[in-house]
Amino acid sequence: MSRNIYSALLIFAAILFSFPVISQDHDHDDHAGHDHAVHAEQDHEAGHGEHGISCGHNDEHHEYDPAATAIHHISDGNVFDYPLPLPMILKSEAGFEVFMSSKFGAHWASHENGAKSYNGYVLYEGSAHRVTDSGFPMTGSVDLGHGAFMHEVVNIDGKDKTLKYVCFENKPYKIDARTTLDGGMLGGGITSFWDLSPSKNVIAMLLVCLLLFFSFRSAAKKYRKNPLKAPKGVQGVLETMVIFIRDEVAIPFIGKGKYMKYFPFLLSIFFFILGLNLFGQIPFFGSINATGNLTLTMVLALIVFVLVTINGKKDYWQHIFWMPGVPTFVKPLLAAVEIMGLFIKPLTLMLRLAGNISAGHIAILSFIGLIFIFGDLYGTLGNGIGTVLAIPLTLFMMAIELIVAFVQAFVFTILTASYIGAAIEEHH
Amino acid sequence: MTGTLAAVGAGLAVIGAGIGIGMVGGKAMEAIARQPEASGDIRSGMILMAAFVEGAALIAILLSIFIK
Repeated sequence: MSRNIYSALLIFAAILFSFPVISQDHDHDDHAGHDHAVHAEQDHEAGHGEHGISCGHNDEHHEYDPAATAIHHISDGNVFDYPLPLPMILKSEAGFEVFMSSKFGAHWASHENGAKSYNGYVLYEGSAHRVTDSGFPMTGSVDLGHGAFMHEVVNIDGKDKTLKYVCFENKPYKIDARTTLDGGMLGGGITSFWDLSPSKNVIAMLLVCLLLFFSFRSAAKKYRKNPLKAPKGVQGVLETMVIFIRDEVAIPFIGKGKYMKYFPFLLSIFFFILGLNLFGQIPFFGSINATGNLTLTMVLALIVFVLVTINGKKDYWQHIFWMPGVPTFVKPLLAAVEIMGLFIKPLTLMLRLAGNISAGHIAILSFIGLIFIFGDLYGTLGNGIGTVLAIPLTLFMMAIELIVAFVQAFVFTILTASYIGAAIEEHH
Repeated sequence: MTGTLAAVGAGLAVIGAGIGIGMVGGKAMEAIARQPEASGDIRSGMILMAAFVEGAALIAILLSIFIK
């Protein structure tokens, strides 16, 4: 009997994983197949007519690019995968624009490139971009047709930059990505517009919050009705994890008398991160990669930092700035190291969570990408070989990712508890 | 060039992670062999420490992905 269940599960998993092969029928005529590594001329390439590409150049076949696909699938976007449109709130120097992203006319098989532009905004690879070259109609809806986008890699000042263009009436117009506040470190910077719309990550967070709210509320109602009854259903799962956090994380690190003040926060952090991690693992749920996003984890780490700073007692600050018990000439050195540690601890919280989840997603996407890599090499037979290779690897990776989801939520929580405990520790 | 260096850097980071997690796992095996009753505590401690070591390596890998 159990053997039948295992074979049924295996067949089900095989069918589930063959869906990406069938559904992702890319005709990538939007990406330029060969990288035009155009070296910039003496004056930098602003303005028309000096682009190294021309618009009729939409190639039909191009090779599958595993790196670009992986990066695309772990990024945030403005539409859900089977285009579920999301509201767009965009601000440029022309003012606020609020509309639904269905105005971009993205078709599900077109790799989330919009077939229409609206008020000078286009949808390229799932995110909104704005046309910056003049001559493009900046008001109203403009039909771009299929395969209107292209990009080229250009070497400016020794660094490789990717410039993106939209083709309209056979002329390329440069498009800008949204403003990111990383100052150009991760390829962003201030551009011509701000994207303030609720994106996939926001919807994911809202869904997780609703899910947690309703499950905890149902458990709490059962407890209030009959506190001595044995737990059943969702109550059982939640009670196990809550008691685990209380006994293994809160009490050992914060102390038996004082943990109650911070316990709700620890629980919120744990279940929020766990919920978002697990949402990212659901196969066809719209490829949500919420906790892999550095901004989200940065906000969580910032909240922990603020909490620890506000609740720091005199002993905590003394240990940082003027550590007792060491000779005086060493104290400034130790203070410098401790101040660095003050900022590095939340920084590592942020990077650890984002790195683990992103790396897991990239590994899974690379294994699925094997199907297409082999398909490019050997045709449809290659697709078959790729599928046979990819299924066990991906199953294995997804199993590991489930463990990593729990462990990373737990590690974040236990480190938060440890920092809070260090901050409120009394003199002993 | 920076892309190649980034890839080399990621590989070096994984060497460190491999050594670190290997040591954690090895010591955990020895400890379980010495005292099989404590295997539950040892196993959970091992997974926790492995998460920390892996976190350090994955920070390096994440940054190497974003270096243009």
